[in-house]
Amino acid sequence: MADISAIQSRAEADVSDLLTLLKPRVMSLAVFTAAVAMFAAPGALHPVIGFASLLFIAIGAGASGALNMWWDADIDILMRRTRARPVPDGRVSRQDALMLGLWLSGFSVVMLALTANLLAALLLALTIFYYAVIYTILLKRSTPQNIVIGGAAGALPPIIGWAVTTGGISVEPLAMFMLILLWTPPHFWSLALFSSDDYRRAGVPMLTITHGDHATRRWIWWYSLSLLPVSAFLALSGVGGPLTLAAAVILNALMLHFAWRLRRRDAETAERDRWSEERRFFRLSILYLFAIFAAFAADTAAGMIFGWFPLSAVALL
Amino acid sequence: MSIPGTHELHVRRGRRNAVLGLVLGGFVLLVFAITLVKLSSGQSMEAFDHVLRPSLMETEK
Repeated sequence: MADISAIQSRAEADVSDLLTLLKPRVMSLAVFTAAVAMFAAPGALHPVIGFASLLFIAIGAGASGALNMWWDADIDILMRRTRARPVPDGRVSRQDALMLGLWLSGFSVVMLALTANLLAALLLALTIFYYAVIYTILLKRSTPQNIVIGGAAGALPPIIGWAVTTGGISVEPLAMFMLILLWTPPHFWSLALFSSDDYRRAGVPMLTITHGDHATRRWIWWYSLSLLPVSAFLALSGVGGPLTLAAAVILNALMLHFAWRLRRRDAETAERDRWSEERRFFRLSILYLFAIFAAFAADTAAGMIFGWFPLSAVALL
Repeated sequence: MSIPGTHELHVRRGRRNAVLGLVLGGFVLLVFAITLVKLSSGQSMEAFDHVLRPSLMETEK
């Protein structure tokens, strides 16, 4: 019988591999924050246009994920957390990841321009460029500020969503941008605290490696504290309301409480209990962002039913 | 000479093609829906087409 091992070794990507290439978890954050901003923005938006816009934002976010995996295949293979990704695992070739990323980028931007407006499309293009080129190619391997500056890419989707509805930008989406921007460092640094070996092996200059465990814990605390004024501003702004205010009080209290506990620990204590506090903080940070954006949506919905902020406050009491 | 039997690879390739077909079909429906919404919302669907179009000219206020 003929030997076909040469053909078998060149793997054929499954549908799930191609979906994994689009980083569905990062995509879900982008889609959710964009959807909330789209909904909370003043003005009417036809549901079909809203749904299609979200789909194209999702595809754009996925495209930047594919470009990230194309560029980072060499270091993803060195890290335990990313080793099983389709490109380092050999299920998708680097060339295919690049092509998928480029084509989907162009497709999503053009379609968003046709569906929504040019401003939204340009912002999506900026987001993809920022994540793939500024963050992945320029910053990630060169500076411990990588995720601080790079966080802007993940923070842009609410501005896109706002632009889809209003055709413009105002102070509320900029505050949402600031919130995600300031949230990103404590989120990723808590992950870095328990994946430091991974980053060291891959040579990625995370703060835990360049400045050590102690400094990272201190900076997690300061960035968590910086979320307080921004979330307070949002709660009192046009997208906020009593529900956001209540959510912000609880969520900030939780973040600060657990950030402080992280700060009081050291690397030895953390290693002894397998980084349980660090993992808990990482999960809490995800809950924080999703819950506060859900609160914006809830307040907008409440505003539609009960009227504007002061009225809804009375109605709820 | 024909290739007998179906390799596991062909199953995966077939599945990928089926999904791609569904995605393309869905895209056609989506563009159709967007078109309906845009046309019924009353905005001008005309654009520059290399000849003068009186309906596109700015009306003087």
